[in-house]
Amino acid sequence: MMQKSVAVVGAAETTKMGKIPDVSVIGLHADAALNAMADAGLKPTDIDGVACAGISPVELAQYLGITPTYADGTSVGGCSFMLHVRHAAAAINAGLCTTVLITHGESGRSRVGAGGFGRAPSSLMGQFEMPYGVTAPPTMFTIPVLRYMKTYGVTEEDLANVAVIQREWAAKNPRASYRDPITIDDVLNSDMIAWPFRKLMCCLVTDGGGALILTSAERAKDFPQKPVYVLGTGESVETPLVSQMEDFTTSKAFRVSGKKAFDEAGISHADVDHLMIYDAFAHLPLYGLEDLGFCKPGEAKDFINGRNTAIGGKLPLNTNGGGLSYMHSGMYGMYALQESVRQMRGIAPAQVDGAKISVCHGVGGMFAASGTVIFTNEA
Amino acid sequence: MPPRILPEPTPETQHFWDGTRNGELLLQRCKETGEAYFPPRPFAPKTGSRNVEVFKASGRATLYSYVINHRPRPDMGTEPYAIAVVQLEEGPRMMTNIVGCPQTPEALVLDMPLEVVFEKMSDTITLPFFQPAKG
Repeated sequence: MMQKSVAVVGAAETTKMGKIPDVSVIGLHADAALNAMADAGLKPTDIDGVACAGISPVELAQYLGITPTYADGTSVGGCSFMLHVRHAAAAINAGLCTTVLITHGESGRSRVGAGGFGRAPSSLMGQFEMPYGVTAPPTMFTIPVLRYMKTYGVTEEDLANVAVIQREWAAKNPRASYRDPITIDDVLNSDMIAWPFRKLMCCLVTDGGGALILTSAERAKDFPQKPVYVLGTGESVETPLVSQMEDFTTSKAFRVSGKKAFDEAGISHADVDHLMIYDAFAHLPLYGLEDLGFCKPGEAKDFINGRNTAIGGKLPLNTNGGGLSYMHSGMYGMYALQESVRQMRGIAPAQVDGAKISVCHGVGGMFAASGTVIFTNEA
Repeated sequence: MPPRILPEPTPETQHFWDGTRNGELLLQRCKETGEAYFPPRPFAPKTGSRNVEVFKASGRATLYSYVINHRPRPDMGTEPYAIAVVQLEEGPRMMTNIVGCPQTPEALVLDMPLEVVFEKMSDTITLPFFQPAKG
């Protein structure tokens, strides 16, 4: 895509986050959408492109009263919204539409108007993974990790420290679900979920949503908020079955998506001021730092333990507290994007002073898919 | 305990489940490159060739990675159990359970040699599990 040709002009999360038993899934999409439209000074009839995952863009358009000329129902898990941003940028550049609304809403905790989690017994997962007792992501996303730990000498303490440092960031965010400090011992003494994963190495389960509005950079100047430009994007998919990942110590989807985004953006790693890596579990920032090229294979643990990603470090990472402490309704990618936009607008609760480039990297499924968006606030 | 969640074969995978019922672990390979692959499909990934064949695997494997699920799925009983991925001798990996040994980190050591065993779960479905290799 063309660098900085498209910008985020509206961004918002749902009015409430965490536990929202009085709003259904589609209601969360709509609440976030209305907040983002208010942020951008738009109404539904100003929108001509829609994208969402979890529900169909048909449902979203009809519910809000939008008549789109562009609809994207890409649904590849929690990074779907990174792909939506990428596709929206291409669509706007191609003249398919002018103004795209991307929404997420999920009643992950309260399950109001939400479907179930499960796979048809005739699907590949139903035939070749479900029979062996996998449940939700805690027993699937985690399976590669022992191989990664053995290959690079990563310890349970290293995994725990990822959660500890992200909690430090969460403490600065009034909307974070968990804000009290934790220690490595706290993490290692929390309930065992799926060895070697303890409860505090796993993401939250919450209700919430978020929405973004994108338009051309040319039009973006006329909107009330400071435009946040899309500098580069990437996406890829690898496998619907975690057991069939090519290599358990690295995600091919991460590597392909990340490289594409950096190539498009024309930046080096040293140019990055702020980083979001979707952290459904504590190992994901380790894989992400290595697969995006910020660290060599096996060196992410030392990078994190050296407090490079912590407050005051050279590469602030997951500054909202991440899925481990901020919020995680099921498809967290939207919240990572929201934090990147806040950082580029200069309004984040844990603002990185002078940040000009933010990399936002998402995962979908259990290492199944990936999307990367690189933002800048410089026109 | 609810009945165990079992696979529902499709036309493309039926031979695999017929194989396990007969005590055989069947893989497929591309007849042009010789490369084995899994899960079953009527063509070779990457090359896209339909010129493939089914063959019987040795059943020998090593332990590639796993977790021990401490929140058992209701149909899996009440005790923690390992969900493992094994590296088959022929190249592909598959998810399975490790049987015939304690479900503990001490007993389940990465790269330990394993061998396939078959357990009948219903009239139509026999699941392939792996146990520590004997001899």
